[in-house]
Amino acid sequence: MSNVFDNIAGRMSSFIENLVTQFTRTFIVDNRWKVFLNGFRNTLIITLIAAAIGVVIGVIIAVVHYSAVQMKKNKRMTLLKALLLAVDKVLSAYVAVMRGSPLAIQLMIMAFVIMRGFSDKVVVASVAFGLNSGAYVSEVIRGGIGSVDIGQMEAGRSLGLPQLTVMRHIILPQAIKNILPALCNEGIAVLKETAIVGLISVVDLTRASDLVRSRTLAPFFPLVSVGIVYFLLVLLLSTAVGRLERRLGKSDRH
Amino acid sequence: MIDIKDLHKSFGKLNVLNGITEIIQKGERVVVIGPSGSGKSTFLRCLNMLEIPTGGEVWFEGINLTAPGADVDAMRQRMGMVFQHFNLFPHLTIMQNITLAPIKLKLQNREKAEGKAISLLERIGLADKAGTYPSMLSGGQKQRIAIIRALAMNPDVMLFDEPTSALDPEMVGEVLDLIRELADDGMTMVIVTHEMAFAKEVGTRVMFMDEGQIKEQNRPVPFFDAPQHPRLKEFLSKVL
Repeated sequence: MSNVFDNIAGRMSSFIENLVTQFTRTFIVDNRWKVFLNGFRNTLIITLIAAAIGVVIGVIIAVVHYSAVQMKKNKRMTLLKALLLAVDKVLSAYVAVMRGSPLAIQLMIMAFVIMRGFSDKVVVASVAFGLNSGAYVSEVIRGGIGSVDIGQMEAGRSLGLPQLTVMRHIILPQAIKNILPALCNEGIAVLKETAIVGLISVVDLTRASDLVRSRTLAPFFPLVSVGIVYFLLVLLLSTAVGRLERRLGKSDRH
Repeated sequence: MIDIKDLHKSFGKLNVLNGITEIIQKGERVVVIGPSGSGKSTFLRCLNMLEIPTGGEVWFEGINLTAPGADVDAMRQRMGMVFQHFNLFPHLTIMQNITLAPIKLKLQNREKAEGKAISLLERIGLADKAGTYPSMLSGGQKQRIAIIRALAMNPDVMLFDEPTSALDPEMVGEVLDLIRELADDGMTMVIVTHEMAFAKEVGTRVMFMDEGQIKEQNRPVPFFDAPQHPRLKEFLSKVL
């Protein structure tokens, strides 16, 4: 009987010993935690810059599209109208291209063709992800603008406010409140998609884990630990958006 | 004050306004009645270019709003409009609803705009609601706020698009009372409504619209007591 216990205890202790060794080799030896930290930092930078670029581009595309649709209602053709309609066409082609090709290809085209001479690949990756995200965000915001009652624009315009002022102070605040869950989804998607930046040799969280794993040949800690970090980041983001939603909901009926 | 010349409006193949020529003088209170789909709301919305006419001209205080490059925004500041569904801004407080336009258009600084808003709110007995949101108000309160939101711009004319049609019956009175007060102050108004008694009481002129045209118009008493046009007779016999 005691033999069995000894056996189990022995196995347990060697298992734990093994884990400790693996952990040490993954994070402590050669200061490898610095590789992870650096990767974490890059993942964060790329995600934040890309999300910011994405929202700005998304709002611009959606507002241009809205204005173009409004202008079409007036039969009179002016230079401004012709220009706006042309820009709208170009932007919708842009959205089609961004959504219609793999992000990995876009990333590599950005790194090896368009921004070839640019040495800071973190910036290159941020731009590529931002441009891609903008196309998706524009569609989300377009839907959000459409969700706001047409009477809101009419009421604003009837007070003599210009269209862009009404858009900024009346329509977009309500639109963004309506689409927060979808925007949060897009933020999560960008964060997780950054895991492919290793393709242009940027060391992000995923790439850091690859590098360490190929040195230690012990896959458990490198993979599971970065998986947990991604998960916690997503949790943080969705909690923050949930709070924002509740705060913006204070004008709702209760 | 408002000069309408051969106004036409069509949505695709549907002709909603078929040539309306009309002059609205300062101090007049023109009430427009008519069956659903007769074009009354479209007519009203053409006056401040919320609908862009497909033909004809609209002049406001000597300026052709239908001309290319007309500063429609500047004209709209002087034409208040009240909608059937209130269209208050739900994400803004009552105070912000009222002061947004005067502040953003730099007509008044915040302090002055808020002072004016408070005095307007006091006038309708809702000063205590300044910090609340539209969702916490009743329909009648919302519509009265919408009216003073328009008044905060010091308009020369007020356009009312069925201001009581979306209200519970018990709240119609408070809104009509406020419009009546404005009438007593001499505000120029164009009112689209289904409230016949109110039309008769407040209007200086009543118009009957049908099939995109003004079929008959008159001072209220002869309009309601001695209608001429067969369509108007038929309409009045149904609604009175």
